[in-house]
Amino acid sequence: MRRCRRLRRGWLRNERATRGCADAPPALPQLCQLADGRARCEVADELYWKDEGRGGVKDTVDSYVTADGRTIGPVVMEMKNITLRFGGVEAIKDISFDIREGEIRAIIGPNGAGKSSMLNVISGFYVPQEGEVWYKGSRRPAMKPFQVAQQGIARTFQNIALFEGMSVLDNVMTGRLTHMKTGLFAQSLWKGKAEAEEVENREVAEKIIDFLEIQAIRKTPVARLPYGLKKRVELARALAAEPSILLLDEPMAGMNVEEKEDMSRFILDVNDEFGTTIALIEHDMGVVMDLSDRVVVMDYGKKIGDGTPEEVRNNQDVIDAYLGVAHD
Amino acid sequence: MATPETRADGPQSVPALLHRNAKKFANAPAYREKEYGIWQSWTWSQTRDEVEALALGLMEMGINEGDFVAIIGRNRPYLYWAMMAAEMCGAVPVPLYQDANAEEMAYVMNHCGARFAIVGDQEQVDKILEVQEELPEFQQMIYLDPRGLRKYDHSAMKQYANVQELGRQMRDKNIKELEARQAKLNYDSTGVMLYTSGTTGKPKGVVLSNRNIIETAKSSSEFDDLRQTDDILAYLPMAWVGDFIFSVGQALWTGFCTNCPESADTMHVDLREIGPTYYFAPPRVFETQLTNVMIRMEDASRMKKWLFDTFMAHARRVGPAILDGQNVSQWDRFKYKLGEAFVYGPLKNTLGFSRVRVGYTAGEAIGPEIFDFYRSLGINLKQLYGQTEATVFITAQPDGEVRSDTVGVTCPGVELKIAENGEVFYRSPGVFVEYYKNPESTADTKDAEGWVATGDAGFIEEDSGHLRIIDRAKDVGKMADGSLFAPKYVENKLKFFPNILEAVVFGNGRAECTAFINIDLTAVGNWAERNNIGYASYQELARHPQVMDTIQAHVEEVNASVAEDEMLSGCQVHRFVVLHKELDADDGELTRTRKVRRRIIEEKYDDIINALYDGSTSVSTETEVTYEDGRKGSIKATLEVRSAKVQAVATRMAAE
Repeated sequence: MRRCRRLRRGWLRNERATRGCADAPPALPQLCQLADGRARCEVADELYWKDEGRGGVKDTVDSYVTADGRTIGPVVMEMKNITLRFGGVEAIKDISFDIREGEIRAIIGPNGAGKSSMLNVISGFYVPQEGEVWYKGSRRPAMKPFQVAQQGIARTFQNIALFEGMSVLDNVMTGRLTHMKTGLFAQSLWKGKAEAEEVENREVAEKIIDFLEIQAIRKTPVARLPYGLKKRVELARALAAEPSILLLDEPMAGMNVEEKEDMSRFILDVNDEFGTTIALIEHDMGVVMDLSDRVVVMDYGKKIGDGTPEEVRNNQDVIDAYLGVAHD
Repeated sequence: MATPETRADGPQSVPALLHRNAKKFANAPAYREKEYGIWQSWTWSQTRDEVEALALGLMEMGINEGDFVAIIGRNRPYLYWAMMAAEMCGAVPVPLYQDANAEEMAYVMNHCGARFAIVGDQEQVDKILEVQEELPEFQQMIYLDPRGLRKYDHSAMKQYANVQELGRQMRDKNIKELEARQAKLNYDSTGVMLYTSGTTGKPKGVVLSNRNIIETAKSSSEFDDLRQTDDILAYLPMAWVGDFIFSVGQALWTGFCTNCPESADTMHVDLREIGPTYYFAPPRVFETQLTNVMIRMEDASRMKKWLFDTFMAHARRVGPAILDGQNVSQWDRFKYKLGEAFVYGPLKNTLGFSRVRVGYTAGEAIGPEIFDFYRSLGINLKQLYGQTEATVFITAQPDGEVRSDTVGVTCPGVELKIAENGEVFYRSPGVFVEYYKNPESTADTKDAEGWVATGDAGFIEEDSGHLRIIDRAKDVGKMADGSLFAPKYVENKLKFFPNILEAVVFGNGRAECTAFINIDLTAVGNWAERNNIGYASYQELARHPQVMDTIQAHVEEVNASVAEDEMLSGCQVHRFVVLHKELDADDGELTRTRKVRRRIIEEKYDDIINALYDGSTSVSTETEVTYEDGRKGSIKATLEVRSAKVQAVATRMAAE
């Protein structure tokens, strides 16, 4: 029998609209600086007042509220003029964009556009030859991926990278690694502090298992799971780190429509319930346009578009990149 | 019939029972639920406090006596408490099927004029919001799981925990009134209203009084010697009368513990962890479990398979006899013990049946093979016959008199009579008060002396006194030649094959019988996998020639068996099709309790039925399907019509 979760009302396309009030995704707000030093932010005929000075990043809109009622905060990560080369190949050419707190930011582009490379730069796996990564108001020095993870950036992989022989629960628990302090010795004895710590972290892991509705496979070895569920387990592991930024590398690749709907719903729920900032790469245009607040479009390592889904959809360069251009 | 006077000393309402248990079994577990991977439990006194807090909160929200409170969601302690809390306030709980679609819910909520709804999660909230405009009397919604609901308009919506908190804060103000309302409850006040799933027409609200609930719970608990230390797993729909009687009625009466699974998918794991002592499942569940066991044994190593086969053969021979306490030789007993150590014990443990003392199956006929399989393992599986209008129990099988083809003897306090047309009537303390707002139907079903028509045709076996059910009385008809037509009888025989999930037999008033068949995707899919047969969809597998051949063999086997019964030999299936889609409650073809809705199927598929009778060898059809989220689509298919071999009537003559 067909089973799908909580998707009764008109589905994703209407999702945003039914949650809030507007029909179309909101345009970026107009900001005016007022005399008394506050920023005035106008969205969907409503006024939101915010005190200036939150967060470290200056000279940007402080925060605004989307049509469906989520607060999008100030810029939390900014990529400044990133260039990444592999030998003679320029994978990323002088790209700049920012990610705001609490938003769903999509990176799209045709094959080989450099999207995954971009994600790898954010996660610290690649160090760009030129350019700077600013995170939470300060410039991030070149780092190892584990240091980036400790800073609160978690990710999932395009080709699932789970521990196949381990159970789902154990896999999710590995996501808690950065939150565990006791050493190898204490953990192997599993006494006192180590035990208390495990209990504490298990609770977080269980809450995520509950959230993603994978209780039934809690003790199943990952190798025995179908593809769609593995993807969900990967998401669970990334969430277990309680990240401030979650990077999703093609979370819906190879899924059927139903699995995509489920995954989209989970992504929205994660963003909504935990307020997690999400940067995702995705090929399915419908999904990207429905899910994301802002979209960066890349082609041959260059940024060719940046804005709300609506803006990007109407951007001539983007249309050309996807559909091809007739050369006279 | 016991009157309130004779029981004046005992608790006379569901809340009164709860208060009794909170004193009598204060620290014994009352409810358990697995959450976040751990079994959380509540004692009876904690349960009382939780229920009271919710009731006080409802009072503060302005609940009146006689209000109806819709309760929708999967089995959770909180929702059972919600039912009790509603009763405390003098209101009537109305549990609804959680998989009902919005329109079905709107009908029921409108019919009873529910002012409050206590629901499980966002899905149910969404459904109610969708139909809210059609519900003029509806006022407030209380939800359990806040996930996804943070941004909803909360002017007419509250979280369960907040209502309880509100109740605790306002305790001093409302406790007097709450106690006064509870004191007013007696045997005659309404305990619950349950909607029948409605094989025909709209659902009807069956009003059950406290007398119905308590008397039934009492006599059935005594019948099976249920104890305070028993455990049950509550996983069947809360809107179903059986679940209400087991998880609320009997649980309150005997004080045993009700365990709720973590989610629908984890049911089998949870079943194993809890190891219930009192277990109820429709035949379908037992069937699925058996199919799974057999599938896994096919993949087992040779040694294991040999062990399984050898000892299961032995168990089949002597197991039921040992269970019934009959004479079995010492050698056979020893061999059975050996089997218990090697096969039956571990198998029962895997299935979660290690501790089952009393197991029931009902709702439909169970295949003799399936029934015997479980009994031969030493599981005391029995059958019962009942319906919502009787507060479940009409007949049940006492220990030691268990057979797969009867439904047992009358339960304590129940009287039975068979009308001339074969319809079964009963009278008992459990007989419902009325159908809500439907005096005509009440009068049709229940006569002035309290006899209730079951709508089932059956007879009482003379030597054993057991009741046997043949079919729904209105489905029983005549063939063109005047012989008896009992579709259910044939369908059940067909469904006993693991490969066949559902069957619908036609033939009323016609010269010969024909059938629709649904294959069981688990069983047939596994067979296909083992035989390297690739398939992309249910539809493709269903029309595979080898599958058709298998089904044809099954049909022919059934024909042979039907032919042996002289009364029903006319019901042999002459032609059949394997349907291109599974019959589904979402398309209105089955009820929510998965009973076939004949009339609707006949209308919907009349093109296929015509093809079954006009001699064509194939039929093209297009069927509309409804997805769970309400979208519609359609399936086109060309179905092959097969003819099955039937036993000549001459054989029957010879047999006579």
